[in-house]
Amino acid sequence: MTPLLNSGVGVTSPKVASMSGKPLLTLSNVGKVYSTGVVALRDVNLTIEEGEFLSLLGPSGCGKSTLLRIIAGLGGTTGGSLSWNDGATRNMRREIGFVFQDATLMPWATVFKNVLLPLKLRGMSKAEATPRVERAIEQVGLSGFANAYPREPSGGMRMRVSVARALVAEPKILLMDEPFASLDEITRFRLNDDLLRLWAGQDWTVVFVTHSVFESVYLSSRVVVMNTSPGSVFGTVNVDAPYPRLEDYRTSTTYNEYCRAVSTKLSETMKS
Amino acid sequence: MNEKRGITIRNVAKGPGPLRNFMARIGAPVLVGLGFLTIWEVLVRIAEVPHYILPGPLLIIKTLITDWHTLFPSLMVTLSITLSALFVATVAGVGVAVLFAQSRMVERTLFPYTVMLQVTPIVAIAPLIIIWVKDIQLSLLICAWIVAFFPIISNTTLGLNSTNHNLLDLLQLYGASRRQIFWYVRLPSALPYFLGGLRISGGLALIGAVVAEFVAGTGGNQSGLAFRILESSYTLQIPRMFAALFLITFSGVLIYIATTLIAHFALHRWHESAVRRES
Repeated sequence: MTPLLNSGVGVTSPKVASMSGKPLLTLSNVGKVYSTGVVALRDVNLTIEEGEFLSLLGPSGCGKSTLLRIIAGLGGTTGGSLSWNDGATRNMRREIGFVFQDATLMPWATVFKNVLLPLKLRGMSKAEATPRVERAIEQVGLSGFANAYPREPSGGMRMRVSVARALVAEPKILLMDEPFASLDEITRFRLNDDLLRLWAGQDWTVVFVTHSVFESVYLSSRVVVMNTSPGSVFGTVNVDAPYPRLEDYRTSTTYNEYCRAVSTKLSETMKS
Repeated sequence: MNEKRGITIRNVAKGPGPLRNFMARIGAPVLVGLGFLTIWEVLVRIAEVPHYILPGPLLIIKTLITDWHTLFPSLMVTLSITLSALFVATVAGVGVAVLFAQSRMVERTLFPYTVMLQVTPIVAIAPLIIIWVKDIQLSLLICAWIVAFFPIISNTTLGLNSTNHNLLDLLQLYGASRRQIFWYVRLPSALPYFLGGLRISGGLALIGAVVAEFVAGTGGNQSGLAFRILESSYTLQIPRMFAALFLITFSGVLIYIATTLIAHFALHRWHESAVRRES
């Protein structure tokens, strides 16, 4: 078991071509204290590497969503620092895609217009944006639903629209806050596979917040287990299983071993 | 042929057809109304109630036709005051709500005064307004506007502040300007609330116009339906009073239907209130 458990960072997975091992974002001693006095995060040290699929796993209230919002620039820190590899702070923001736990669509706009939103905000012309929007809708498997309103498709489809909206802006880093938590397991499995397929075809980095051990092991190249009250990084598990991970990975021994390793780490956080 | 029959049968089994739907929505209330009018007419005739106490519906309809030349211009006067007041209330109400939505500070400072405007009974301030404003039509319009103003402000303000927070975060993430956030997200979010306010204000504008007319009590050819009611009560022309009353109620119902239709057309594609629930 020991080789799987690795508290350090920076162990690269050579199985993924797009993973370079170069740091994209480094968080040093990041802390967050809310105005109510609640300490959400304390001394979070984490390096996110270019092209990796990183999961943040932890019990409720460990501040994983708060951390994601800080990375997105939606919430400030009360300590520590974030540094992007290219030194950019403001320009990076436009290259961030964010997928919320609920689909967060505009109910009054069609699927097409929802996906168009990020491009429209950039001031891109309709003629230039249309093929990109159509491609994003096609990528998430929703061709033919462009003119539907968000209340019409199912929950899984709404989440696909939300992913398409994040894709259309061609993000460098995709932040996902428990995106599939409210979906049934079968739909979630399918979306997991589609997400991996999309990730393989692009050079994004994904930071994926989840409280499912199985989902984190299935998807990610690295699982960061977080500790609660105050939230901090407890340990890291590198999931060195090769991509593409297909349906048989879910039933493989490797998968089971990684699940056990992550579960063990998680239960250690409860005891500590 | 067989296939066609199959489809028909399936439709019937699926739920209420268009005819049943129409009967339920329009037919049933109309039937109740007709029944009520029949009983009214019969009772008035059996008990031989004099028509200066309670006229029967048939006499009221007859009066409506014979007095149409005086009632119709009055209807137009009342309606024009009501609709102008509603229009001004909509424009000003949305304007003030947008102003409130710009900052909590502005809202907190000014909102109490809009509440004061709302809670003061219009009958109590109508005499003052009529004294201050020389033009009687304008003073009536102001009274109707005061009554219709508040629901639009309060509903639209609530709507503008009810935007999904994640959606606001998303726009912030993509570097949207204040103006973009307002036009793309906050304004459409407020639409159902605004339309709810408009529906309330439509009825209130009519009530405001009629109440103010009662207070003003002006005669002449510029007088509305309220004055016709006053006039009829002085001269004990009760059937005419009922005819004028009927026209006021009818106008109110028309305004309600119009505002409901506007809401339906604006929202039926997306808002829960207007979308048919799947069974």
